[in-house]
Amino acid sequence: MNLPQPQELIVRLAADIRPALGPDWAVVGIHTGGAWVMEALVRELGSDAPQGVLDIAFYRDDFSRIGLHPEVKPSHIPFEVEDRNILLIDDVLYTGRTVRAAMNLLFDYGRPAAIRLAVLIDRGGRELPICPDYVGLKLDLGARQHVSLVRDDAGTLSFVVREKG
Amino acid sequence: MTADLQLNADGSLRHLLTLDGLPARILIQILDTAESFISVAQREVKKVPLLRGKAIFNLFFEPSTRTRTTFEIAAKRLSADVVNLNIGTSAQSKGETLLDTVANLSAMQADMFVVRHAASGAPHLIARHVAPHIHVINAGDGRCAHPTQGLLDMFTIRRHKGAFHNLTVAVVGDVLHSRVARSQIHALTTLGCPEVRVIAPRTLLPRDVDSLGVHVHYRMETGLKDCDVIIMLRLQNERMQGALLPSPQEYFKYWGLTAEKLKRAKPDAIVMHPGPMNRGVEIDSAVADGRHSVILNQVTYGIAVRMAVMSLLAGSGVKPAAEA
Repeated sequence: MNLPQPQELIVRLAADIRPALGPDWAVVGIHTGGAWVMEALVRELGSDAPQGVLDIAFYRDDFSRIGLHPEVKPSHIPFEVEDRNILLIDDVLYTGRTVRAAMNLLFDYGRPAAIRLAVLIDRGGRELPICPDYVGLKLDLGARQHVSLVRDDAGTLSFVVREKG
Repeated sequence: MTADLQLNADGSLRHLLTLDGLPARILIQILDTAESFISVAQREVKKVPLLRGKAIFNLFFEPSTRTRTTFEIAAKRLSADVVNLNIGTSAQSKGETLLDTVANLSAMQADMFVVRHAASGAPHLIARHVAPHIHVINAGDGRCAHPTQGLLDMFTIRRHKGAFHNLTVAVVGDVLHSRVARSQIHALTTLGCPEVRVIAPRTLLPRDVDSLGVHVHYRMETGLKDCDVIIMLRLQNERMQGALLPSPQEYFKYWGLTAEKLKRAKPDAIVMHPGPMNRGVEIDSAVADGRHSVILNQVTYGIAVRMAVMSLLAGSGVKPAAEA
């Protein structure tokens, strides 16, 4: 499968988002891939919107099945969430469970005025009623196919596609 | 033996009974996880939904304010249901055995026991007899161990000093009766602290002190020299049997931490104390409330560390992740 470079998709996303992003917006990336996309997107937009990072480990719905994620990172929201417009960013949208967890986590910081969702790839397969507002690329992947975002030491993003056996 | 009891077959933590023999990777995982719970405590809503539906029983067979309260807050912030049992005034005084008490509470669908007991090994005994899905945390047993206190002390040191590999740490005072000291020494050694000292009168050192891998000092003047971290221990009056010391005043004169003695440590040294403090016995008020003191930070960090331990235990031993 040939996928475009993540940076191409970020340029595409930025063009869609630019008209909507007002001065009262904050951007929030979901750890880890979403935070990378957020950084790249903010750079592309030349935006000085406040930035936050969420780790959803404490809000996952599969804790009782798989336990705590082995590498939890602190969430960091250095701005007031109450009444704020928030652009939530993730790398790959699949079942929608991560986004559900991220929204619950955000609400424990305050009541946002609105949350919009931007993703680099929407691969289909939703299990919850969650719909992105901004999509870099729409794919139709089977349950055994996996796509993920990686970042090398130089900070370059790329996609990795795997077939699960 | 204890190591087997504490760990699941996959190497994850099943019970937390002692820091003795716990691998560094587990200690570091707990400290790292606690770091994330610190960020939770800074929010408007200080709760996470992780342990929703779980029942945690605080079994305190010995009085405690700070430890019991911080365990209770930790469990509540994880959204667990907490039941506090003051065993001194309940069934045990009617003659029920420890294991019968635990069996009854298990029948009430407990998921976790937090146990403090005057008898060394009581939490181990419980851990050996509970059903596979139940987890046990030792909140202090006899003179043996107080692992969550040891962990929160390590967390405090890492937060203030960054790392362990270049530190000189002194543990001062009643090492003989202290379960805290043993937990601290095990953890410091495991985490790579190159110099751990104990400073105490001979009568307050355990006979096996040499086997702990520490440098022994009998005088504060030499022992505190160039220390980065000073951990004061409480003089355990209620555990004293026989005349190990002349008087509290005499003790303060030689082993109490004063601003004057503190000058021998590094200028940026931190002073810790597990509480409750005997002011004017092991520590002078000017030091306890002074700029080197991180004693109240320890209490705050204690909540995050206990949240980390509870959530790692509750999530361990479940089916391994197929694909996250």
